[in-house]
Amino acid sequence: MRNVLVATIAGAALLGAMTTEGRAAGPAVELLHRSWSFDGIFGSYDDAAKQRGMQVYMQVCSACHGLEYVAFRTFTELGYDEGEVEAIAEQFFITDGPDEFGDMFERPGLPKDSWPSPFRNEAEAAMIHGKAPPDLSLIAKARPGGPNYLYSLLLGYDEEQGLDLPPGNYWNEYYPGHIIAMPPQLYPDLVVYEDGTEATVEQMAADVTQFLMWTAEPKMEERKQLGIGFMLFCAAMTLIFYAIMRRVWADVKK
Amino acid sequence: MSADTPTPKFTGVLGWIDHRLPVISLGYKELVAYPTPKNLNYFWNFGSLAGIFLVIQIVTGIVLVMHYVPHADYAFASVEHIMRNVNYGWLMRYMHMNGAHMFFVVVYIHIFRGLYYGSYKDPREVLWILGVIILILMMATAFMGYVLPWGQMSFWGATVITNLFSAVPLIGDALVTWMWGGFSVDNPTLQRFFSLHYLFPFVIAAFSFLHLVALHQFGSNNPVGIDITNKDKISFHPYYTTKDLFGLFAILLVYGFLVFFAPNFLGHPDNYIPADPLVTPAHIVPEWYFLPFYAILRSITFDISLFGFTLIDAKLGGVIAMFGSILILFFLPWLDTSKVRSANYRPIYFWAFWLLVVDVIVLTYVGAKPAEGIWPTVGLIATIWYFVHFLVLLPLLGRFERPRPVPDSINKPVLPKASPLGPQTQPAE
Repeated sequence: MRNVLVATIAGAALLGAMTTEGRAAGPAVELLHRSWSFDGIFGSYDDAAKQRGMQVYMQVCSACHGLEYVAFRTFTELGYDEGEVEAIAEQFFITDGPDEFGDMFERPGLPKDSWPSPFRNEAEAAMIHGKAPPDLSLIAKARPGGPNYLYSLLLGYDEEQGLDLPPGNYWNEYYPGHIIAMPPQLYPDLVVYEDGTEATVEQMAADVTQFLMWTAEPKMEERKQLGIGFMLFCAAMTLIFYAIMRRVWADVKK
Repeated sequence: MSADTPTPKFTGVLGWIDHRLPVISLGYKELVAYPTPKNLNYFWNFGSLAGIFLVIQIVTGIVLVMHYVPHADYAFASVEHIMRNVNYGWLMRYMHMNGAHMFFVVVYIHIFRGLYYGSYKDPREVLWILGVIILILMMATAFMGYVLPWGQMSFWGATVITNLFSAVPLIGDALVTWMWGGFSVDNPTLQRFFSLHYLFPFVIAAFSFLHLVALHQFGSNNPVGIDITNKDKISFHPYYTTKDLFGLFAILLVYGFLVFFAPNFLGHPDNYIPADPLVTPAHIVPEWYFLPFYAILRSITFDISLFGFTLIDAKLGGVIAMFGSILILFFLPWLDTSKVRSANYRPIYFWAFWLLVVDVIVLTYVGAKPAEGIWPTVGLIATIWYFVHFLVLLPLLGRFERPRPVPDSINKPVLPKASPLGPQTQPAE
């Protein structure tokens, strides 16, 4: 039993290092690290930060990036009520159809719709920007370093180093290869937060990262909650069956 | 309950059924009364654990298929649909993903236990061979399953691995086109991988059944590695049923940790990017359980020539080495010429075994590194050692090694030395 205990403790220590959302292994450059509310076994999202992040996304990111897998109806998980969700969805135009005449038509967004891409298709996006801006639904899980990478990238621009780059290219400390096609986006007080938080560049980067972690992993809180119950159940069953096993084996001659 | 307890006579409804369909007495004989050595340590838990993870994979997989769409245009989106819109879809998907990792963890421990205690030796050769077949089927199933989400690593992993077959002389290119169902990895490839990924687990289940039949013919090997009589055996139930359940819940703690708190830790971030045939990822890395074999594949970087004529080019050499490293296991019962099973009584093999463990860990590490700097050299040395172990060391050891005296009975070990793998004569502790 002592071996089992030692192995369990060693395993638990190892596993403890794995509980950050998104994989730890990052690119060669050391990323900026923040302690995120969603890190760790008991970590959860910060509703206020998610809403602020949504506001940054709406006013800045959504000009180029869609959220193909994120339906407006799920915004109730950000803390909005159904009326607010409808109001958010209505600000977008969705191509629907065909109608009874066989024509496609535009209509205001409904809660059931996903956050649309600002472009009709990837070819149009590539024509306008040189390279189609990626959909960001899963971006927080799709890059080494996860949320820390997103946060670092948004803060990693350096105009001095980028001076001699050709137009349409920017220097970013954290982008693999350092030359990125996305221009710097965040400037102080770019958005006016509804909750009155001061919109520093770091604040906006952290908030939109929180929002994008949620779009990538919307079931995280439900998952961790169920997980704690599961672990407690299994720990109890392990102990119970250890006791039963000892009892049963008591009559076996060694 | 002693192992010699006769099968009771079933009466009433059970008796009526058993008289016509004797599965109840068979189940009793093989799962309840089944005589098992009383000295098995915790490493013997991993066989039943492997069976349980197979069941978990099949059950979660069947549920996932109810919502998954095996089409290049919809596969990625359907996985996200499962993750977001299907009730507990995220749970099924994370259980399936991490269940594959756990299945390999458990099976690799099971295999190394067999290597340490010589479980593959006479009369259990066929049992071992069936196990190797299961391993190969598992690898094929896991590889094809990894392709199904149709992310970047799915697509490029499939491209790299299927391209290996182009190294086959003369028919290589035709073979690869036939496997793809086209001229690149595309929708037909995805659909056939899906079909086979659904089929293979049931083939694994069938082979697992045969594995059990072969096991029950002579019963489990044991840490002392000698043939023992029923006097030293105990009935499977309740002794090993309780021990297996204890082990199950302990391992579920590890599995649960992965599923609920670190579901993507063992995965690759690139697989959350939809497959794009025009963009190659910077490093194409297989899942961790393939890394040793991947390292062996990449370690052969030279052509094998005779009189300036290339017999085997580097690519074919790598492919032969990789498949050879698995196929060699089929011959293990005859490559190991020693009559002594347990490494506890084989002073040199004991160290050879642990060196092999280190060698495989080194290969795993090399497989995860880009093929540059010192890594190809380290990989080549580790690859050579892998084959030397099986092809040179094991046949010679049987002749030249002087084993320690093996006890006549598990009740009186000649040397009261504790096994490095844990207790050997203390059943539950």
